[in-house]
Amino acid sequence: MAMIEVRDVSRSFVLRRKSGRWRRTTHTVHAVRDLSFTVEPGEMVGYIGPNGAGKSTTIKMLTGILVPSGGELTVAGFTPYVERTQLAHRIGVVFGQRTALWWDLPLRDSYELLQRIYRIPAARYRKNMATFTELLDLAALLDTPVRQLSLGQRMRGDIAAALLHDPDVVYLDEPTIGLDVVSKSRLREFLRRTNRERGLTAILTTHDLDDIEQLCSRVMVIDHGRLVFDGDLGALHAVGGARRTLVVDLSEPTDPIAIPGADTVKVEGPRQWLAFPAEASAAPLVAAVAASHDIADLSILEPDIEDVITRIYTAAPPPG
Amino acid sequence: MVERLAADARAYVLLARMWIRVSMSYRTSFVILTVGQFLISGLDFVAILVMFTNIDALGGFSLSEIAFLYGGSTLCLGLADLILGNIERLGRRIRLGTLDAMMVRPVSVYVQMCADEFALRRLGRITQGGLVFAWSVHALDIDWTAARLAMVPYLLVFGTAIFLAIFTMGAAVQFWTADSSELANAFTYGGSTLAQFPMTIYPTEAIKALTFAVPITFVNWYPSLFILDRQDPLGLPGAVQFGGPVVAALLAVLAAAVWRTGVRHYRSTGS
Repeated sequence: MAMIEVRDVSRSFVLRRKSGRWRRTTHTVHAVRDLSFTVEPGEMVGYIGPNGAGKSTTIKMLTGILVPSGGELTVAGFTPYVERTQLAHRIGVVFGQRTALWWDLPLRDSYELLQRIYRIPAARYRKNMATFTELLDLAALLDTPVRQLSLGQRMRGDIAAALLHDPDVVYLDEPTIGLDVVSKSRLREFLRRTNRERGLTAILTTHDLDDIEQLCSRVMVIDHGRLVFDGDLGALHAVGGARRTLVVDLSEPTDPIAIPGADTVKVEGPRQWLAFPAEASAAPLVAAVAASHDIADLSILEPDIEDVITRIYTAAPPPG
Repeated sequence: MVERLAADARAYVLLARMWIRVSMSYRTSFVILTVGQFLISGLDFVAILVMFTNIDALGGFSLSEIAFLYGGSTLCLGLADLILGNIERLGRRIRLGTLDAMMVRPVSVYVQMCADEFALRRLGRITQGGLVFAWSVHALDIDWTAARLAMVPYLLVFGTAIFLAIFTMGAAVQFWTADSSELANAFTYGGSTLAQFPMTIYPTEAIKALTFAVPITFVNWYPSLFILDRQDPLGLPGAVQFGGPVVAALLAVLAAAVWRTGVRHYRSTGS
């Protein structure tokens, strides 16, 4: 049975705006329209899209916070907006910027409280705490009130809190935003491992393509409330025509470099930008440029997720 | 139903106990805040005492009788405030988006809001009200029949219940108007202040409003009239005077309906 099943789900909001002294005009915003997808147990899905595309609205409907305007959805066999408190035992949520922990409580107290609230058996709780403390390096933080934790520390604390009751599904909203490289990789490793060992199903929204590349077997792209792509990362690059960019600083300004397999997209004095397919190797390109020019410095820009989405969107404009 | 109530009560106790433990870890600050609340709350009674150095009766009531009214009102408000005083922070939680965190936990949002940052320092007000109440009982020469004695827990239970319902409704309004906690305060703290004095000092229209519109008189006025063996200035039938339990039940049903509608509104607008 699918862990998450979403069929033709829509969600619109009616906004009221003041127009004149007494009059108010209303207009309807379609945050999500006719969304359909299924997620199998153990899948890790990257859910991406520009700001305001409908990501949070979807997550809120999947957790039971928001009632959909139309369509059907089930998570772990429950209808979220009807059976919200039963579903709560089966899901974990990390809200990204906003902590779900108690601001004034030390982490340890928050966890003990969660144990009681979720009625986690003592043995299970001890085992999970031991695992999370080790993998997320929480030992030194347990006695610190949440408000005194750094963003990265707090995020680790929040993720442990979301997984403490062994949920089947976890929703992670921007789990690595603002984290340093070490924290990011530790967190990703932790999620990979939990996914492998427990078959955790995860949906994560992110702006960081590395998160997707390292964690997700599948990507869903939403834009203007519609699912515009659903497939694996390779297919996303293929559809989006993702390109990397070689930035070279030459010793002196020249005409745009002309090399087969790359387009010179921008020239600024001695600096030139050469776009090439993401799956191609940069080495022969660098060699080709070096053969004909004197390179002072170079760097490679990874494809930007927004860029990929924009390409998908312009490639297949939605009807209407 | 019973099972759910038990689960809610258990969750409430869990959350409240944890906040008590937190406040106890800052013991000095806890003591200062509690004593502070005791003193601030006691200040209005000091004002009444000062008043009575110049007068012998107010609205036909002696100092010890007014102390009885004052104590009853303060106790009921204090108990309700202790139980769910922080529910008025609902608006702030909605604005900050932290209500969502409560909505993904397996406990009713109402229980979580009631117990949120449970503040034992509110015992300050309760202690003060209790002391004034005890002193008035000592000073008054009440003929304690069984019926009069039974009216004391009656007063405290239904009086507190009425304030609980008003607190809840006031907070639930914030589902629509994010920052209206002052409006609710006018009815709770304001209502309690009015009920600290005998209704005979207010115009008849005001008493009627406080009986039929915002039924504050059922908190302590009618039960006190019976205990103190006084006549109702409105001359209402006994069935109305003893309507406290009915009023409390009606208000509770209404408050539950408003709260539920509020939650539904939030879940359909997400703001």
